[in-house]
Amino acid sequence: MSQQPSSGNPSGGTTSRTESRSAGPRTASPRAVREVVFVDGVRTPFGRAGEKGIYAGTRADDLVVKCIRELMRRNPSLPAERIDEVAIAATTQSGDQGLTIGRTAALLAGLPRTVPGFAIDRMCAGAMTAVTTTASGIGFGAYDVVIAGGVEHMGNHPMGAGADPNPRFMSERIVDPAALNMGNTAENLHDRFPAITKDRTDAYAVASQDKLAAAYAKDQIQPDLVPVATMKPGQGWTVNTVDEPPRPGTSVEDLAGLKTPFRAHGRVTAGNAAGLNDGATAALLASADAAEELGLPVKMRLVSYAFAGVEPEVMGIGPVPATEKALANAGLGIDDIGLFEINEAFAVQVLSFLDHFGIADDDPRVNRYGGAIAVGHPLASSGVRLMNQLARQFEEDPSVRYGMTTMCIGLGMGATVIWENPHHADYTTTTETGAAA
Amino acid sequence: MSAADFHKLAELFPTETVTHSYVQDIQLPAVNGTSPGTFALVTLDNGLDHSKPTTLGPNTLIELGTVLEGLRDRAARGEIVGVGVTGKPYFLVAGADLSTVKSVSGREQGLWMAQLGHDVYSTLANLGVPSFAFINGLALGGGLEIALQSTYRTVSTGAGALALPEAFIGLVPGWGGVYILPRLIGPENAVKVMIENPLSNNRTLTGPQAYELGVADAMFEPADFVEQSVAWASRVIAGAVTPERANAVDAAAADVAERWAGAVAAGRAFVEAKTSNASPAPAKVLDVMEANRTMTQAQSAELECETLADLMQTDEFRSTVYAFLDLVQRRSKRPAGAPDRKLARPVTKIGVVGAGLMASQLALLFARQLKVPVVMTDIDEARVDKGVGYVHAEVDKLLAKKRISADAANRTKALVSGSVSKEAFADADFVIEAVFEELNVKKQVFKEVEAIVSPECILATNTSSLSVTAMAADLQNPERLVGFHFFNPVAVMPLLEIVRAPKTDDSVLATAFELAKGLKKSAVLVKDAPAFVVNRLLLRLMGEVTAAFDEGTPAEVADNALRPMGLPMTPFTLGAMVGLPVAQHVQESLHAAFGDRFPVSANLQALIDNGVKSIWDPASVKAGRPEIPAETLALMSFGSTPSTGGEVLRRTQDALAEEIGLMLEEGVVAGPEDIDLCMILGAGWPMFLGGITPYLDRVGASERVNGKKFLAPGVASEPAA
Repeated sequence: MSQQPSSGNPSGGTTSRTESRSAGPRTASPRAVREVVFVDGVRTPFGRAGEKGIYAGTRADDLVVKCIRELMRRNPSLPAERIDEVAIAATTQSGDQGLTIGRTAALLAGLPRTVPGFAIDRMCAGAMTAVTTTASGIGFGAYDVVIAGGVEHMGNHPMGAGADPNPRFMSERIVDPAALNMGNTAENLHDRFPAITKDRTDAYAVASQDKLAAAYAKDQIQPDLVPVATMKPGQGWTVNTVDEPPRPGTSVEDLAGLKTPFRAHGRVTAGNAAGLNDGATAALLASADAAEELGLPVKMRLVSYAFAGVEPEVMGIGPVPATEKALANAGLGIDDIGLFEINEAFAVQVLSFLDHFGIADDDPRVNRYGGAIAVGHPLASSGVRLMNQLARQFEEDPSVRYGMTTMCIGLGMGATVIWENPHHADYTTTTETGAAA
Repeated sequence: MSAADFHKLAELFPTETVTHSYVQDIQLPAVNGTSPGTFALVTLDNGLDHSKPTTLGPNTLIELGTVLEGLRDRAARGEIVGVGVTGKPYFLVAGADLSTVKSVSGREQGLWMAQLGHDVYSTLANLGVPSFAFINGLALGGGLEIALQSTYRTVSTGAGALALPEAFIGLVPGWGGVYILPRLIGPENAVKVMIENPLSNNRTLTGPQAYELGVADAMFEPADFVEQSVAWASRVIAGAVTPERANAVDAAAADVAERWAGAVAAGRAFVEAKTSNASPAPAKVLDVMEANRTMTQAQSAELECETLADLMQTDEFRSTVYAFLDLVQRRSKRPAGAPDRKLARPVTKIGVVGAGLMASQLALLFARQLKVPVVMTDIDEARVDKGVGYVHAEVDKLLAKKRISADAANRTKALVSGSVSKEAFADADFVIEAVFEELNVKKQVFKEVEAIVSPECILATNTSSLSVTAMAADLQNPERLVGFHFFNPVAVMPLLEIVRAPKTDDSVLATAFELAKGLKKSAVLVKDAPAFVVNRLLLRLMGEVTAAFDEGTPAEVADNALRPMGLPMTPFTLGAMVGLPVAQHVQESLHAAFGDRFPVSANLQALIDNGVKSIWDPASVKAGRPEIPAETLALMSFGSTPSTGGEVLRRTQDALAEEIGLMLEEGVVAGPEDIDLCMILGAGWPMFLGGITPYLDRVGASERVNGKKFLAPGVASEPAA
């Protein structure tokens, strides 16, 4: 397998090593940065966490395995032995999400034993970090093709279960203990931005449900779902093909009466926040050269990414500095972004982002298929769901050149990845932009 | 009829562990943009974990039938476009609940049971929409017939075992298997699955083998087997996929008639060679298959039901269930009389005294299974090298056959070493001798070993006929000696007779049983009595036949007299295989202990003295026409009181009944069940004999000789009314 940079070697993975056979001391190959493309992404239908949910009794690692196998089936021109890494994120890395889940999932999926894997964690941005980390490896020349994804079975692993926060957080006031509860941070965000009212967040949440229902009706969600068979005691096998969390037809009136569990007379409810969910995602990334060599489709090109920290007490604002950083890295402005896929941990967090950048609550560039408030947010898996949806919107809308996937992260962080649409008229092929050395 | 009409039968089995039929509606995945519709998936699940296989009893079948009848109605209303059947993880269904079937009393009940199965399966086959079986795991007998009665089948690459073992159990695949299978995979393959496999140690098919034969139309991997099977069903229903069945035949075609007859004839020859037709079931399977070529499925079903009802009444069937379920699957896992396993001591190094063939086989077995160092000793370097060399060569053979990995081969070889000094046993926890069968030699060996090993080290003897008690007599620690008797070939035969001498202590005995488990052998506890169980009965049997021969019974009459028992080989062949001198040696020990019940043949001694290794000319046996060479005949002299075959058979039956009666009186084993287990696992005696005591009971020998049967009614025979 090639570890060579693509420069001067358009065939990528089949590099000959004749040079290295010459006698005497050798000089390492020169470094070149390579283009990274998003080839394909899939996910399981998301489920509601808990005993009644569709994945009660199903293992988290099995959910990842279904995704990896579906990627391999959908991309038959990719020889499994050409996969150089399997990075799988999980927020809680124990039990069925433990034991280096990237490696165990690769073995359980039937990938060759020569394919390595690892586990990765950045809470809600786990899968997104799996993508950026392995993408960086591709850019650097360490990998040609990778699988990156994430999983969270919040039924098996309630958020924070088994964690042991350092008492110094409290004694030295490093983090307000209340900030370890995500709902509290969402209420804090309302305090900081009084213009974001409960009415606005409820209206946003209803729109999210409506947009998802519309996307389902247009078959925009289903093509990237992997069917998952599950068996429950006394019920027998069934095959799950659609998301369980959505509540289509929800009205603002329905939401108005919901409890505010994080604060008496607060603003954050189960209706304007993502739920507790089970699910897994996985994406296939490749160097542009490897994609071409192997006949793999290019759905998106990676432009830039950034992570940024904020006060943990208002973690939902994280996407703002992360986006500013990513735009700066790319040499782009917010106006250049034609599509936004922003994770909806809480409606208030999305609105704080939109307000910051002067974007309307109902801007059609934002979350066209709805978001996590409707579809669910199995923590570490969600990043790839955003990418799947952006990739499909790119294909539907060649007028858009750049799009963004962004999300907030517990303990006060944000993550943003900027992508280019290969269907856009101005998209430049990799052989022209790549290997600039 | 409807399945519910069989409630009378179901009521007879109130304690049945019911396998439920759960239905889930699934929207089939889109094919070319459209979903073909709703699919009803039935899961067969008894709600228990994988250690409790799903089985088919009357209550289970009635529930399944009722569910399928409901689905037939839904199909008629256009609500569903297909029906699938699959099982809980690792099982489709393990087949009919044999304990239930065995306890069916009277032919009428048996006929109901057969008809109930056909009623339910015929609903499955005639739902009005296609049916699919997703064979996710084990599918035996009636379980596999559910799949065969479906319109289409998928199988998992991980499916453990697929088989129609009825010929082995004593039945016929009479819920449609015997009709459908030859049409689906061709008559020759069907005979292989229904006859050859069951009669070859009850061999089963893997998922891929079944797919290769054409039993299933599609094969998927376990990781997403149900998902992929449903997706495939969707494509079949949409017409996007049409399974090709390369091996399927039209039974009415002229060339098929010829193939059919040929396959049946080959099957009959196989049955004759394997069982001498001593059990009725295999021939019945072939009778039904032969007859049903020109029948409709309904006509065949009627014949199948009648045949099943007949066979359920046979003691061969009941004996097999007793032998298979009660003994091999249950009793052998919990040996009668074994002390608490908590008393067992760890064994981290093993010594083997001797480096001959038996010793080398033992060393190989210990190293492979226990994965602890094994050191062999003998009197000179050449013998030691030969023994260790044998082990290494056997390991290389396993490696060449890819039975073990290169790393495992290295590990096993490194575990086996040799020495000319018994000092090598100093840190061993268990030392077994496999030296010449001579009491004084063995006593000397143990004396030397005891001088070197720790006082806790267990000493074991692989003697087949010497007194373990006598061997322990002069030991400083006689409580540490135990008999550990293997059968040849050591790697293959599953039995281990563990011999308790009067002073053997519980901790030593418990360790011996744990070792047996580690070696994957079934251990039976026996008292220290000459030749223990298997050899005592084999030699009593051989002694009777040889005596009849010596008295003037023609060789072919004497040697074939026991054919109706269906033993794995004739007595003369067995004698040649064991080695005439070895057999004679054991016979002499038994004669010394028990007198004339074990006569020592002067004719055999004459052959041994002249280096003749077999009564029959081995080449003539291979050719199928056994002859005694003239020069062999010339060495022997015969009496003038020949017997008929029937007389020899009866005399042998009586001898066995007498000997077993005495063994039970002496307390050699805990009960007749242990005698049977020993004969099945140590001598390969057929399950349709139930080992041996059910056979002796049913032919009347037990009552003729002992005045009573060995087993209570219903244990391996018809239940008391």
